[in-house]
Amino acid sequence: MIEWFTTVQVIVACAAGILCLVLGLIGRLPGDVSMGAVALVELLLLAQLVIAIIAPAVGNNPSGSLAEFYIYLISAIILPLAGGFWALIERNRWSTVVLGGVCLAIAVMVYRMGQIWFVQGA
Amino acid sequence: MSHHTTSTRTNPDPSAPRRRMSGVGRVLVFVYGVLALAATGRSVFQIIDRYHEAPVAFTLSALAAVVYIVATIALIAPGRVWYRVAWITISFELAGVLIIGSLSLFAPAVLGLHDIDPFGRDATVWSVYGMGYLFIPLVLPVLGMLWLRRHPPVDAPAGEVMS
Repeated sequence: MIEWFTTVQVIVACAAGILCLVLGLIGRLPGDVSMGAVALVELLLLAQLVIAIIAPAVGNNPSGSLAEFYIYLISAIILPLAGGFWALIERNRWSTVVLGGVCLAIAVMVYRMGQIWFVQGA
Repeated sequence: MSHHTTSTRTNPDPSAPRRRMSGVGRVLVFVYGVLALAATGRSVFQIIDRYHEAPVAFTLSALAAVVYIVATIALIAPGRVWYRVAWITISFELAGVLIIGSLSLFAPAVLGLHDIDPFGRDATVWSVYGMGYLFIPLVLPVLGMLWLRRHPPVDAPAGEVMS
Protein backbone atom coordinates (compact mmCIF):
# COMPACT_ATOMS: atom_id res chain seq x y z
CA MET A 1 0.00 0.00 0.00
CA ILE A 2 1.29 3.46 -0.89
CA GLU A 3 0.51 6.11 1.68
CA TRP A 4 -0.07 9.13 -0.60
CA PHE A 5 -2.16 7.08 -3.03
CA THR A 6 -4.34 5.88 -0.16
CA THR A 7 -4.80 9.46 1.06
CA VAL A 8 -5.78 10.62 -2.44
CA GLN A 9 -8.19 7.70 -2.68
CA VAL A 10 -9.95 8.57 0.61
CA ILE A 11 -10.27 12.23 -0.45
CA VAL A 12 -11.61 11.32 -3.91
CA ALA A 13 -14.13 8.86 -2.42
CA CYS A 14 -15.32 11.46 0.12
CA ALA A 15 -15.65 14.13 -2.59
CA ALA A 16 -17.52 11.75 -4.92
CA GLY A 17 -19.78 10.69 -2.03
CA ILE A 18 -20.68 14.24 -1.03
CA LEU A 19 -21.18 15.21 -4.71
CA CYS A 20 -23.63 12.32 -5.29
CA LEU A 21 -25.47 12.97 -2.02
CA VAL A 22 -25.96 16.63 -2.93
CA LEU A 23 -26.99 15.83 -6.52
CA GLY A 24 -29.46 13.23 -5.21
CA LEU A 25 -30.94 15.49 -2.55
CA ILE A 26 -31.55 18.30 -5.05
CA GLY A 27 -33.44 15.76 -7.16
CA ARG A 28 -31.03 14.79 -9.91
CA LEU A 29 -31.26 11.36 -11.51
CA PRO A 30 -28.03 9.38 -11.84
CA GLY A 31 -26.20 10.88 -14.82
CA ASP A 32 -22.75 11.23 -16.34
CA VAL A 33 -21.39 13.23 -13.41
CA SER A 34 -22.55 10.94 -10.59
CA MET A 35 -21.86 7.71 -12.50
CA GLY A 36 -18.47 9.06 -13.58
CA ALA A 37 -17.59 9.84 -9.97
CA VAL A 38 -18.48 6.30 -8.90
CA ALA A 39 -16.53 4.87 -11.85
CA LEU A 40 -13.46 6.90 -10.80
CA VAL A 41 -13.74 5.56 -7.22
CA GLU A 42 -14.01 2.00 -8.54
CA LEU A 43 -11.01 2.54 -10.86
CA LEU A 44 -8.87 3.72 -7.93
CA LEU A 45 -9.93 0.61 -5.97
CA LEU A 46 -8.78 -1.65 -8.80
CA ALA A 47 -5.45 0.25 -8.86
CA GLN A 48 -5.25 -0.33 -5.10
CA LEU A 49 -5.81 -4.06 -5.69
CA VAL A 50 -2.90 -4.15 -8.18
CA ILE A 51 -0.70 -2.26 -5.69
CA ALA A 52 -1.69 -4.65 -2.88
CA ILE A 53 -0.79 -7.68 -4.98
CA ILE A 54 2.61 -6.28 -6.02
CA ALA A 55 3.62 -4.50 -2.77
CA PRO A 56 4.57 -7.50 -0.58
CA ALA A 57 6.74 -8.87 -3.41
CA VAL A 58 8.86 -5.69 -3.44
CA GLY A 59 9.26 -5.53 0.34
CA ASN A 60 6.25 -3.33 1.22
CA ASN A 61 4.57 -5.57 3.80
CA PRO A 62 1.45 -4.76 5.84
CA SER A 63 2.03 -4.23 9.57
CA GLY A 64 -1.37 -5.78 10.32
CA SER A 65 -3.31 -8.74 8.96
CA LEU A 66 -3.23 -9.15 5.19
CA ALA A 67 -6.37 -11.34 5.34
CA GLU A 68 -8.35 -8.61 7.10
CA PHE A 69 -7.02 -6.10 4.56
CA TYR A 70 -8.32 -8.20 1.68
CA ILE A 71 -11.75 -8.67 3.29
CA TYR A 72 -12.10 -4.88 3.21
CA LEU A 73 -10.63 -4.45 -0.27
CA ILE A 74 -12.75 -7.14 -1.96
CA SER A 75 -15.92 -5.90 -0.21
CA ALA A 76 -15.12 -2.35 -1.34
CA ILE A 77 -14.64 -3.44 -4.95
CA ILE A 78 -17.96 -5.33 -4.95
CA LEU A 79 -19.90 -2.48 -3.32
CA PRO A 80 -20.37 -0.15 -6.36
CA LEU A 81 -21.21 -3.12 -8.58
CA ALA A 82 -23.75 -4.73 -6.25
CA GLY A 83 -25.09 -1.81 -4.21
CA GLY A 84 -24.87 0.89 -6.82
CA PHE A 85 -26.40 -0.96 -9.70
CA TRP A 86 -29.17 -2.47 -7.58
CA ALA A 87 -30.18 1.13 -6.87
CA LEU A 88 -30.13 1.90 -10.59
CA ILE A 89 -32.73 -0.79 -11.35
CA GLU A 90 -35.20 1.86 -10.30
CA ARG A 91 -33.77 5.16 -11.43
CA ASN A 92 -34.77 8.12 -9.31
CA ARG A 93 -33.13 10.70 -7.07
CA TRP A 94 -32.65 8.10 -4.33
CA SER A 95 -30.49 6.02 -6.67
CA THR A 96 -28.11 9.00 -6.74
CA VAL A 97 -28.20 9.19 -2.93
CA VAL A 98 -27.33 5.48 -2.71
CA LEU A 99 -24.38 6.03 -5.09
CA GLY A 100 -23.20 8.74 -2.67
CA GLY A 101 -23.57 6.27 0.20
CA VAL A 102 -21.48 3.73 -1.71
CA CYS A 103 -18.64 6.24 -2.13
CA LEU A 104 -18.70 7.30 1.53
CA ALA A 105 -18.71 3.66 2.71
CA ILE A 106 -15.70 3.05 0.46
CA ALA A 107 -13.92 6.09 1.94
CA VAL A 108 -14.32 4.60 5.44
CA MET A 109 -13.19 1.17 4.24
CA VAL A 110 -10.08 2.52 2.49
CA TYR A 111 -9.23 4.48 5.66
CA ARG A 112 -9.54 1.24 7.67
CA MET A 113 -7.39 -0.55 5.08
CA GLY A 114 -4.73 2.13 5.57
CA GLN A 115 -4.85 1.58 9.34
CA ILE A 116 -4.46 -2.18 8.89
CA TRP A 117 -1.51 -1.76 6.55
CA PHE A 118 0.38 1.06 8.32
CA VAL A 119 -0.79 1.26 11.96
CA GLN A 120 -2.18 -2.08 13.17
CA GLY A 121 0.53 -4.24 14.75
CA ALA A 122 3.21 -1.64 14.09
CA MET B 1 -66.29 -17.50 17.58
CA SER B 2 -65.09 -14.57 15.62
CA HIS B 3 -62.27 -14.46 13.17
CA HIS B 4 -60.91 -10.98 13.05
CA THR B 5 -58.88 -10.34 10.01
CA THR B 6 -56.48 -7.49 9.68
CA SER B 7 -58.37 -6.32 6.62
CA THR B 8 -61.06 -4.88 8.92
CA ARG B 9 -58.70 -2.12 9.87
CA THR B 10 -57.05 -1.35 6.57
CA ASN B 11 -55.68 2.08 6.14
CA PRO B 12 -56.65 3.27 2.67
CA ASP B 13 -53.86 5.41 1.34
CA PRO B 14 -53.94 5.78 -2.44
CA SER B 15 -50.54 7.44 -2.46
CA ALA B 16 -48.85 4.42 -0.88
CA PRO B 17 -46.66 2.62 -3.39
CA ARG B 18 -47.62 -0.94 -4.25
CA ARG B 19 -44.09 -2.12 -3.93
CA ARG B 20 -42.77 -1.81 -0.43
CA MET B 21 -39.22 -1.09 -1.41
CA SER B 22 -38.93 1.87 -3.68
CA GLY B 23 -37.73 5.44 -3.51
CA VAL B 24 -36.18 6.42 -0.20
CA GLY B 25 -36.75 2.87 1.08
CA ARG B 26 -33.92 1.77 -1.20
CA VAL B 27 -31.54 4.01 0.69
CA LEU B 28 -32.65 2.35 3.94
CA VAL B 29 -32.10 -1.13 2.49
CA PHE B 30 -28.75 -0.06 1.08
CA VAL B 31 -27.52 1.14 4.50
CA TYR B 32 -28.81 -2.11 6.05
CA GLY B 33 -26.93 -4.07 3.41
CA VAL B 34 -23.67 -2.22 4.09
CA LEU B 35 -24.06 -2.77 7.83
CA ALA B 36 -24.77 -6.47 7.24
CA LEU B 37 -21.63 -6.66 5.09
CA ALA B 38 -19.53 -4.80 7.68
CA ALA B 39 -20.77 -6.90 10.61
CA THR B 40 -20.35 -10.17 8.69
CA GLY B 41 -16.86 -9.39 7.42
CA ARG B 42 -15.65 -8.30 10.82
CA SER B 43 -17.17 -11.14 12.84
CA VAL B 44 -15.99 -13.82 10.41
CA PHE B 45 -12.47 -12.48 10.64
CA GLN B 46 -12.57 -12.12 14.43
CA ILE B 47 -13.87 -15.68 14.87
CA ILE B 48 -11.30 -17.21 12.50
CA ASP B 49 -8.39 -15.13 13.78
CA ARG B 50 -8.87 -14.79 17.56
CA TYR B 51 -12.09 -16.42 18.77
CA HIS B 52 -10.49 -17.44 22.08
CA GLU B 53 -9.83 -13.83 23.08
CA ALA B 54 -13.47 -12.85 23.61
CA PRO B 55 -15.79 -15.74 22.65
CA VAL B 56 -18.96 -14.15 24.08
CA ALA B 57 -18.45 -10.83 22.27
CA PHE B 58 -17.49 -12.46 18.98
CA THR B 59 -20.45 -14.86 19.08
CA LEU B 60 -22.76 -11.89 19.65
CA SER B 61 -21.00 -10.15 16.78
CA ALA B 62 -21.80 -13.06 14.47
CA LEU B 63 -25.40 -13.22 15.73
CA ALA B 64 -25.76 -9.50 15.01
CA ALA B 65 -24.39 -10.05 11.50
CA VAL B 66 -26.93 -12.81 10.78
CA VAL B 67 -29.79 -10.67 12.10
CA TYR B 68 -28.71 -7.74 9.90
CA ILE B 69 -28.69 -10.02 6.86
CA VAL B 70 -32.18 -11.36 7.66
CA ALA B 71 -33.45 -7.81 8.30
CA THR B 72 -32.10 -6.65 4.93
CA ILE B 73 -33.86 -9.52 3.14
CA ALA B 74 -37.07 -8.98 5.14
CA LEU B 75 -37.18 -5.32 4.11
CA ILE B 76 -36.95 -6.24 0.42
CA ALA B 77 -39.19 -9.31 0.38
CA PRO B 78 -42.93 -8.68 -0.02
CA GLY B 79 -45.80 -10.05 2.02
CA ARG B 80 -47.08 -10.11 5.57
CA VAL B 81 -44.73 -12.81 6.82
CA TRP B 82 -41.62 -10.90 5.79
CA TYR B 83 -43.14 -7.73 7.22
CA ARG B 84 -43.39 -9.47 10.58
CA VAL B 85 -39.86 -10.85 10.24
CA ALA B 86 -38.65 -7.31 9.55
CA TRP B 87 -40.30 -6.06 12.76
CA ILE B 88 -38.82 -8.91 14.81
CA THR B 89 -35.28 -8.53 13.48
CA ILE B 90 -35.25 -4.74 13.70
CA SER B 91 -36.61 -4.84 17.28
CA PHE B 92 -33.93 -7.40 18.10
CA GLU B 93 -31.27 -5.03 16.73
CA LEU B 94 -32.52 -2.12 18.79
CA ALA B 95 -32.56 -4.29 21.93
CA GLY B 96 -29.10 -5.61 21.02
CA VAL B 97 -27.45 -2.24 20.50
CA LEU B 98 -28.98 -0.90 23.74
CA ILE B 99 -28.20 -3.94 25.93
CA ILE B 100 -24.79 -4.84 24.49
CA GLY B 101 -23.90 -1.16 24.16
CA SER B 102 -24.63 -0.62 27.86
CA LEU B 103 -22.78 -3.78 28.89
CA SER B 104 -19.73 -2.88 26.80
CA LEU B 105 -19.65 0.53 28.45
CA PHE B 106 -20.43 -0.29 32.08
CA ALA B 107 -19.57 -3.98 32.48
CA PRO B 108 -17.19 -5.01 29.68
CA ALA B 109 -16.04 -8.02 31.73
CA VAL B 110 -19.47 -9.67 31.28
CA LEU B 111 -18.76 -9.87 27.55
CA GLY B 112 -15.18 -10.95 28.16
CA LEU B 113 -13.89 -7.67 26.76
CA HIS B 114 -10.56 -6.29 27.86
CA ASP B 115 -11.37 -2.65 27.28
CA ILE B 116 -14.22 -0.45 26.14
CA ASP B 117 -12.48 0.89 23.06
CA PRO B 118 -15.15 0.80 20.31
CA PHE B 119 -12.40 0.80 17.69
CA GLY B 120 -10.28 -1.87 19.38
CA ARG B 121 -9.57 -5.43 18.30
CA ASP B 122 -12.36 -6.86 20.49
CA ALA B 123 -14.93 -4.33 19.34
CA THR B 124 -18.25 -5.52 17.93
CA VAL B 125 -20.80 -3.71 15.83
CA TRP B 126 -22.79 -2.99 19.02
CA SER B 127 -19.90 -1.83 21.28
CA VAL B 128 -20.60 1.55 22.90
CA TYR B 129 -23.92 1.80 21.02
CA GLY B 130 -22.23 1.30 17.66
CA MET B 131 -19.77 4.17 18.05
CA GLY B 132 -17.20 2.44 15.83
CA TYR B 133 -19.85 2.47 13.08
CA LEU B 134 -20.74 6.17 13.51
CA PHE B 135 -23.75 5.18 15.71
CA ILE B 136 -25.50 3.90 12.60
CA PRO B 137 -26.47 0.65 14.45
CA LEU B 138 -28.32 2.82 17.01
CA VAL B 139 -30.09 5.12 14.54
CA LEU B 140 -30.93 2.59 11.83
CA PRO B 141 -33.44 0.40 13.79
CA VAL B 142 -35.41 3.53 14.73
CA LEU B 143 -35.52 4.69 11.10
CA GLY B 144 -36.43 1.15 10.06
CA MET B 145 -39.35 1.03 12.52
CA LEU B 146 -40.65 4.42 11.38
CA TRP B 147 -40.46 3.25 7.78
CA LEU B 148 -42.22 -0.05 8.50
CA ARG B 149 -44.99 1.79 10.36
CA ARG B 150 -45.64 4.03 7.38
CA HIS B 151 -45.50 1.19 4.86
CA PRO B 152 -47.71 -1.68 6.01
CA PRO B 153 -47.72 -4.72 3.71
CA VAL B 154 -49.87 -4.57 0.60
CA ASP B 155 -51.63 -7.74 -0.43
CA ALA B 156 -50.34 -8.22 -3.95
CA PRO B 157 -52.28 -10.42 -6.37
CA ALA B 158 -50.68 -13.83 -6.69
CA GLY B 159 -48.07 -13.98 -9.37
CA GLU B 160 -47.20 -10.32 -9.34
CA VAL B 161 -43.49 -9.95 -9.74
CA MET B 162 -41.72 -7.34 -7.68
CA SER B 163 -39.38 -5.41 -9.91
